Amino acid sequence: MHFTTELDPLLIARWQFGIVTVYHFWMVPLTIGLGPLVALMQTLWMRTGNDRYYRMTKFWGKIYLINFIMGVATGLVQEFQFGLAWSEYSRFVGDVFGAPLAMEALLAFFVESTFLGLWIFGWGKLPRRIHLACLWLAVAGSVVSAYFIIAANSWMQHPVGVTLVHGRPVMNDIGAILGNNTAVAAFTHTIFGALAVGGAMLLGVGWYHLWQRRRDGIDTVGPDQRVIVGEAPDVPGRDKSDHRVWLTSLRIGAVTAIIAFAGVTITGDAQARLMFVQQPMKMASAEAACHTGTSFSLLAFGDIGSKDCAGVVNVIEVPGVLGFLANGDFNEPVKGVNELVPSYQQKYGTHLPDDAKLGDRAGSKINYVPVMAVTYWGFRLMILFGALAAFASVVALWLTRKGTVPQPRWLMWLAVSGIFAPFAANSAGWIFTEMGRQPFVVAPNPTPGGVDGVFMFTAAAVSPGVTFGEIAFSLVSFTIVYAVLMVFEVRLLVKYIRGGVAAAIPELGEKPKDPDAPADDDVLAFAY
Amino acid sequence: MDFLPTLWFVIIAVLWIGYLFLEGFDLGVGMHMLLSARNDNDRRVMLNSIGPVWDGNEVWLITAGGATFAAFPFWYASLFSTLYVPLVFVLLGLIFRAVAIEYRGKGHTTRWTHGWDLALGLGSFVSAFGVGVMLVLTTTGLPIDSNGDGVGGPFGWLNGWAVLGGLAVVGFCLVHAAVFLALKTDGDVRVRSRRFAVRWMPALLIPIALWVLAVQFMNGKAYTWILVAAAVVAAVIAWRWARRGSEGRAFAGMAAFLVFGAASIFANVFPNVLPSTVSAAYDLTVSNAASSAYTLGVMSVVAAFGVPLVLVYQGWTYWVFRKRVAGTSIPEVKPVRAAVKPR
Ligand code: HDD
Ligand code: HEM
Ligand code: HEM
Repeated sequence: MHFTTELDPLLIARWQFGIVTVYHFWMVPLTIGLGPLVALMQTLWMRTGNDRYYRMTKFWGKIYLINFIMGVATGLVQEFQFGLAWSEYSRFVGDVFGAPLAMEALLAFFVESTFLGLWIFGWGKLPRRIHLACLWLAVAGSVVSAYFIIAANSWMQHPVGVTLVHGRPVMNDIGAILGNNTAVAAFTHTIFGALAVGGAMLLGVGWYHLWQRRRDGIDTVGPDQRVIVGEAPDVPGRDKSDHRVWLTSLRIGAVTAIIAFAGVTITGDAQARLMFVQQPMKMASAEAACHTGTSFSLLAFGDIGSKDCAGVVNVIEVPGVLGFLANGDFNEPVKGVNELVPSYQQKYGTHLPDDAKLGDRAGSKINYVPVMAVTYWGFRLMILFGALAAFASVVALWLTRKGTVPQPRWLMWLAVSGIFAPFAANSAGWIFTEMGRQPFVVAPNPTPGGVDGVFMFTAAAVSPGVTFGEIAFSLVSFTIVYAVLMVFEVRLLVKYIRGGVAAAIPELGEKPKDPDAPADDDVLAFAY
Repeated sequence: MDFLPTLWFVIIAVLWIGYLFLEGFDLGVGMHMLLSARNDNDRRVMLNSIGPVWDGNEVWLITAGGATFAAFPFWYASLFSTLYVPLVFVLLGLIFRAVAIEYRGKGHTTRWTHGWDLALGLGSFVSAFGVGVMLVLTTTGLPIDSNGDGVGGPFGWLNGWAVLGGLAVVGFCLVHAAVFLALKTDGDVRVRSRRFAVRWMPALLIPIALWVLAVQFMNGKAYTWILVAAAVVAAVIAWRWARRGSEGRAFAGMAAFLVFGAASIFANVFPNVLPSTVSAAYDLTVSNAASSAYTLGVMSVVAAFGVPLVLVYQGWTYWVFRKRVAGTSIPEVKPVRAAVKPR
């Protein structure tokens, strides 16, 4: 007996998954991107003994932690939501999918959280080398965690390493699952995407403080436009060293963002090639390529979302590029949506099975074309926002070559707004990847060696025993709670950013800080 | 009997016990922030006693969840989808708690700190209660059909057992945390926590003892009586030591109580992982809920390597931060001001 309702839980279950996951992935790239940069700063401090790196470590470490905890809090939901709203999915994929999740917890999350705790509370308590090693270990933990979860996700994009037993995929090669080429490409792409976030953050905040020092008349420029660094004894932390803190942050950030963009371009290209063979429909809809041979478009108009492609007009087409993106050949055309649909229907059926577990969805027609407006624009916005951040970084490096930022306020606002561009690029990338996989939650693997019959429709994945009301309740609760927490996180970030170095090192401005002096462990140990 | 599924049943039992042992005192400390702290200094002492370790402790829960998914996907799917409503509350509670721990000290108005204290205390209470509901119903059964899906609507699981389980874990956490705080802090908090433990331990452990006994009487195996007896002895000894003021030993006693009590529960339920209250034919068992031998084999290798490693470095953390936290060493708060020139 099933508890049936008029309203279909599928749609809101999907909204819920999308909302909580995209939200989680606002914290995640900042954690992954900022972590190694903070560790780098502390390493530089250890190596050079230069006070400015000490200050940078403390300041950016604080920002890192304020964000980190939100990643942890929202990650909890991630771990359990497969069981909550997607029980059929969990049963179907459990033999394969649970393993990387469990490995992530056991091999990565423990390392991450334990060593971060040691780092936060270990200032002055642990020998300096060991203290630094703790941070590097925590950072390594987050990178390893990213690998495992992306291996899990990539299996859903491109199932490998399984056989079909009683209609259910059963793992027979863990090496294939962890070494999935889709995972390698997506992992490197995501890590570079995260570094872009960290880089833009350093750049924007560095700019803000340099600008403020100029506005307050602390820094001035000489006739050759070179900076003349000053200090303001009445403002805690605003001494000469402070100028270096922000300039170095800005430069590290800009260089990181530029490298990251090069990285995402190369790895993204690798992903596109794989996608062409592994998920041709996603590729076609990313391009709104309705007919075979459509060219890469910079801009398409018309009703991109229309099911039959009738309304799509590609305004600006670049001949050949699409074929090149997909298979490195300017002449080979990419298959269009109109041609792909019949082959999907032939292979995977035209209607969902008549299964009571599917509730009202049983027997309904399958639409193999993802929401094209989303895939098309998701793909473009990802690239656009990433490119903007990289371009801005180059400009910023040029404008600050004489040691400070120009005076106009709007430029400062531009730099600060630029912080959001890579966040947007990351969200767009995931939304494109995940929505482009629809209607499958586990996409079939059409490549040679792929296991026939291992695929699952999203419509069949949702928990049969869970009601619309339950999911609506959790969707509303999570959304409200997340929204409220976002307000707190942003407020705290803004407050600590505006506080500058003195916010992270309260003893600054009271007595001069000697980095080699033995720290008073009782005082420094307390973060709360 | 299948060896690998049984091994994984044991591993998951160990993960849950590890979770209750470690996060047990974190959750209890959270509740004591509202219950027994007298002033802000007390609260900061309490918070700092778990500060470096609480996040690592919570990963035991995440690992228990992940391991269940990997080793017994049918258990994972049925348990969490049927207990949808309580699990959502657990998650919300844990979210508030986690954020409160880190954000409380980063603002400097009383409204800010009090707000987060409330989030921390209530979040801890709600998640402890919810974890108890989930665990007890895993042993007494859920209304699941032949596919393993919950029947009877969003509250089909709700019964007296659920309430007992919630109270059991809440009670345990409160006592466990009091014993822990007596061991980890100095000054006022230490004295009062000791007093709390001595006074309330017998009463607060009644629900969890009832749960242990109920499972014993319902599924009774002869040998598990030994575990039950050991748990009772451990509890009595823990109490006596608490009264004598041997804080370390009292804590060890609580640990032994938890290990024996929980072990008896898991041993009694075995080979079921999730009984069905609809029909015994729908029971999920160690064999029909498990993953393939290959997957379990891979996971065993990972666990054989990973679990000892975790124990080593988590143990080291406790050693590094072994010093008692005293109210006198809490530094004064310095407000954060924008770095702008006064005009
Ligand atoms: C590319 C990286 C990535 C992706 C795609 C995801 N996560 Fe995540 N997750 C992380 C990278 C990460 C991290 C960087 O490791 C975090 C962020 C902040 C943190 O504390 O660790 C984290 C935290 C985090 C936590 C808390 C860990 C702790 O307490 O320390 C859990 C349980 C999850 N995640 C689970 C998931 C699940 C089940 C996901 C898929 C649906 C997921 N995450 C997507
Ligand atoms: C953190 C980055 C991620 C983002 C931003 C993201 C985003 C999304 C979005 C927007 C959807 C909804 C698609 C739709 O309904 O059309 C979705 C679905 C889904 N994703 Fe992801 N995803 C991410 C990572 C993952 C990972 C790592 C996994 C698995 C390990 C995963 C598993 C799923 C599942 C099971 C669904 C099914 C629900 C559905 O199709 O609606 N996702 N995701
Ligand atoms: C020229 C630049 C880029 C190209 C060619 C590119 C290409 C791609 C492709 C093809 C995918 C989909 C993979 C799949 O579904 O199989 C993807 C996903 C994604 N992209 Fe990009 N991308 C670029 C820039 C960026 C930038 C700048 C960011 C972020 C700063 C970014 C972040 C992401 C993320 C987070 C995903 C989803 C996760 C994944 O599958 O890796 N991308 N990208």
